[in-house]
Order: sequence, then structure tokens, then C-alpha cells
Amino acid sequence: MTQIAEPGERAAPGFAGTAAERKPRTRRKFNIQSVLGTTPMIATAIGVFVICIIFSIIWSFTSSKLFPNFNFIGLQQYERLWRTDRWIISVQNVFVFGALSMVGGMIFGYLLAVFMDQRIRQEDLFRSIFLYPFAMSLVVTGLVWQWMFDPNLGIQSAVRQLGWTNFEFAPLVKQETALYGLVLGGLWNGVGVTMAIMLAGLRGVDSEIWKAAKVDGIPTWKTYLFIVLPMMKGAIATAFILSATGVVRVFDIVIAMTQGGPGVSTQMPAIYVIQHITDRANVAQGMAAATMMLVPVMLIIGLQYLFQWNAKRKAARI
Amino acid sequence: MTAEAISSRLASGVVDSSGPRGPKPKTVTVGRIGVYAFLILSALFFLMPLWVMVVTSLKTMPEIREGHLFNWPALLTFDPWLKAWDTACTGRDCNGLKPGFWNSVKITALSVPVSIVIAMINGYALSFWKYKGSELLFGILIFGAFVPYQVVIYPLIIGMRELSLFGTLPGIVIVHTIFGMPILTLLYRNFFASLPIELFKAGRVDGAGFWGIFFRIMLPMSVPITIVAIILQVTGIWNDFLFGTVFAGRENMPMTVQLNNIVTTTTGIREYNVNMAATILTAAVPLVVYFISGKWFVRGIAAGAVKG
Repeated sequence: MTQIAEPGERAAPGFAGTAAERKPRTRRKFNIQSVLGTTPMIATAIGVFVICIIFSIIWSFTSSKLFPNFNFIGLQQYERLWRTDRWIISVQNVFVFGALSMVGGMIFGYLLAVFMDQRIRQEDLFRSIFLYPFAMSLVVTGLVWQWMFDPNLGIQSAVRQLGWTNFEFAPLVKQETALYGLVLGGLWNGVGVTMAIMLAGLRGVDSEIWKAAKVDGIPTWKTYLFIVLPMMKGAIATAFILSATGVVRVFDIVIAMTQGGPGVSTQMPAIYVIQHITDRANVAQGMAAATMMLVPVMLIIGLQYLFQWNAKRKAARI
Repeated sequence: MTAEAISSRLASGVVDSSGPRGPKPKTVTVGRIGVYAFLILSALFFLMPLWVMVVTSLKTMPEIREGHLFNWPALLTFDPWLKAWDTACTGRDCNGLKPGFWNSVKITALSVPVSIVIAMINGYALSFWKYKGSELLFGILIFGAFVPYQVVIYPLIIGMRELSLFGTLPGIVIVHTIFGMPILTLLYRNFFASLPIELFKAGRVDGAGFWGIFFRIMLPMSVPITIVAIILQVTGIWNDFLFGTVFAGRENMPMTVQLNNIVTTTTGIREYNVNMAATILTAAVPLVVYFISGKWFVRGIAAGAVKG
């Protein structure tokens, strides 16, 4: 990201194969065709990911209602935002939902990957079964699970008909449990991906490690947990980032499954923003909420830079 | 799977270097049974909703009201499927899912090639024809991959409205192109960066310029990565809900939005069999893509997850 082509520098011919990725490939500093060809990228990067974000932030400091205006009122929208129960519950919900689905997804995904790694028969079949939900949209996921969680005709009643008349499993009808229903639906949709990434990570671990662990008499489960898992930082980070971005954006599945209810028990920040810019016609309030959604993303990016900078400094010292 | 088969398989299993070893032979039977039990139970968990969807969509409403969620229908009926496709109601309109299906086909058929061609050129330029600021633009684009959509959506609505693209087919195509660009550009940039530079140099020696090298050398080479990109985009755009709700407008409402409207329409009796048939119909396209593409699909996910 930091490399900008230096004029005159060129890769030596014999050197190019290995160092190709690092060496600048341009001959000229400025090629008009290249700029023209990437016009859509320039427009998107500047027009959408810079200017639109700036406008969102600007409008969050105004009194915009149905239409945006530039009547600045300072931090009033933010004060109002953090006094609104609906928003505070949304933030709590996204943290609980995020923590449960990420931790749950990692554990279940890693377990599936480890079991898939036991040289089983029909590996491809199992893989297809674990992954197919991901091909379906979150709307479909939400609607199916909503149906299965139906208190009168869903899983609950089916099990009761088998004889367990006290069986209770209809999380979506109660405020306290609705969020867990969402987590379950989300896990069903996404765990297969975590499994696939983890499995790729497991297969990437040097087989010498396994031989060494066997020679030392370490049990298989301990090897998986204490030796192999810490070696899979790349796979874990990938799965983590993938699910984290999904969590911040969580919208479709909630709309399909609970519409934020019962009450406000499954409200999410993303829904809060959309509702304020559409039905509730309170643009500035929605923009204040959207700006708050940007904060965790900026924090994570900032932290990443800090780590990179730290690592570079350390490397330079050694 | 019998214990015999397991042990013979283990006995014949020559140690290869492709993966870690299984449990030691002594614990074979118990361990193996545990492994398969866990996997089969998990598979049942993943398959259960699909089974429920299919059987519910084939039952009549009286049978659904009896409960027995998991049972195969006593009286098989395909009417819910016809109704879901042709006459199910969203609000006042009772045209079923078919308008949504054709809208989704239109949106996907236009958005996929547009977004891929643009990303291909981006990746090519970023690998071979860097210019001052190009890396910064790429950095912003990658940042865009992590930004919640809600942060940019409202100014984008206003901008689209100014250009009178809001609620139109070109409008939704542009939106999909914008939000697909970060991942696709990353995908193509990484692909082109992995090609040997000699290819590019040979083109230069022959006097080809930016477009000459792109069309004659790079485009034919990027067929495999383009398959991955197509899978990624077809499933992603077909499954989109948020942009469809916000940008497509009434005339271009995609299938997912229409499905949600059909199911959550509260007027009248809720017909669960029709709802489930509609759900399967909506999921059918990405599922077909998934089962045809097989391992390419996994590659697509992995590619989408690669870090810059």
C-alpha cells in the first residue's frame, strides 16, 4: 500500500521472477491510458468512499429532517442518539450478537475442521453440506429459521408431538431469547466458511510438526489445541475479519427473522440508520448513528497500523 | 461404515504428506465412531432447514396446521410452488415471485459483467501501470471493503437522485459495481501481480501499449480467476437485500426483497407452504451455482478473504 513507483528503478531480468511483487513495474510515472482505464476506480474511491463518508459526517452535525440541510447544531444529534434507548439497545445487541456468533463460529468451525481432518470418507460430501447454506441469502436463512422457530407449528410443536410435552424451543417469541435465535440462524449460514478457512489452515501446517508431536507422545487433541491452533494465525485472522465485517453490517437476517422485535429486543445499529433515513425521515439522526458505526472500523484499522508500525520499528532495531 | 472397513482403510493408508495424521490405531473404533457421529450430527443440523423447506412447500395447509414439521407430506401438492411463482401477493400486487425473478436476472446479468470488467482493468493497471496516487486509491478502496454500508448509503442516494439514477436499473447496477469493486479489484490485482513480469515485458517489446497488452495477453490469461469472480458476484448480487430495498425502486425490486415482502405480508392467512416454496425458488439460483461450481466456490470465498 505504501509503495509508489520510483522513476528509473527497474527489476534486473534474472531477479524479476522472485521479486516481481515488490518491484515497481512501471516504466513511466504517468500513463494516461492507465488513468483513463481506472476512471471508475478513481470515481468510486474518491466519490463514494471519501466524499460520501465526509457528507455523512457533515450531515450528522446538522438538523436535517426529511431532506438534508446545512443548518449546523453541533453535537445535539449525538447527545440525542446516546439518550435513545433504542440505539443503546441496538449497540448492546450488536456486541452480544457479534461476540456470540464470532466465538461460536470459531469454536464450531474449528471443531468441524478438526473432525474433517481425520481422513474421513466422503470429505467432499460433508464439505458441501456444511457450506451450502452460505450460498443462500441471509433473507432466505432468516425466513427458514423463523418458520422452524414458529411456536405453534415449528420444532417446538414437532418435538412435543413426539411426547416431550414440556419441550420449549421458540426463542423468537421472547424478548430475552430472540437474539440467540438470530445467532443460531447466522451460525447455520456462516459456519461452513469458517470451517473451510480453518481446514485450509490445518492442511497448511507442516507435517513435521505432527511427527514431532507424535514422537513426544502428545495426544492428538492436545496437539490440535496447543500446537497447531497457535500456528494458524493467518486462517484465524481471515475468519475473524470475515465474520467481524459481517457482524457490523448485520441487517438482512434481522429484517427477515424478527424485524427487530419482539419489542426492540433485536434492534441493530444498521437497522436504526436505515429506519431514520427512510420511514422516520430524520436524516441527521441516522447520519449520527452511521458515523458511530464507522468508529469501530476506524479503531481496528488504526490498531492494525499501530501494530505494523511497531513491527517495522522492531525489525529495524534488530 | 463398518469397523473392518475403517481398520483396513487405516492399514492401507500410506502416510502421505498432504495432511496431519488421524488418531492412533489403538483408539480406532471408538474414536472413529465419535468422529463420524459428530460429523453426521452436524450434517443433520445443516440439512434440517433444507428438508423442512422442501417438505413444508409440498404439504397442504390443513396438513401443516397439524404440526409434524419434519414429516414427509401425506398428500403431495405442487400448488404452493405454482402460487409462489405466479399469484402470491405482495401488498396489492398478486403476480407471485416471477417479476422479482426477472428483475434479479436483469440486475445480475448487467452488474456481473460490468463490475468484473472494471475490476479487471483496475487490477491490471494497479499491477503493471502504477501511476502517482494509484496505490493510495487502492488503499481507499480496501478501506471501503470494511466500511459499513450505512455510512455511505445516504449521500449515495442523494447523489443518485441528482443524476436521476435513483430507483432505476442502471442505478442499481452502478451500486453493485461500486460495492463489488474493492474485493474484485483486490482479487485481480493479486492475480496479475502473481504473473511473471516477462509476459508484460514481451508485450512492451512488441510495441503493445496499455490496451494492447490488456486485450492480447492479460485478458486470455485471466480466465480461471474470472470464473471465481463470476461465482462471487452472481451469488453476492443475487442474494443482496439492502441495496435492492434502497436503490432498486418498485419497478426493479429484486427477488430477495419481493420474497421478504411476500412472507411478511400480514394480511390474510399466512400460507407457510407458499412461503417456503417462494424461499426455495429464491435460493435456487445461488444453490445451482454452488453445486455446479463446487470447489471453485470455496476458492471464491478464500479469494474474497485474502488480505491485501
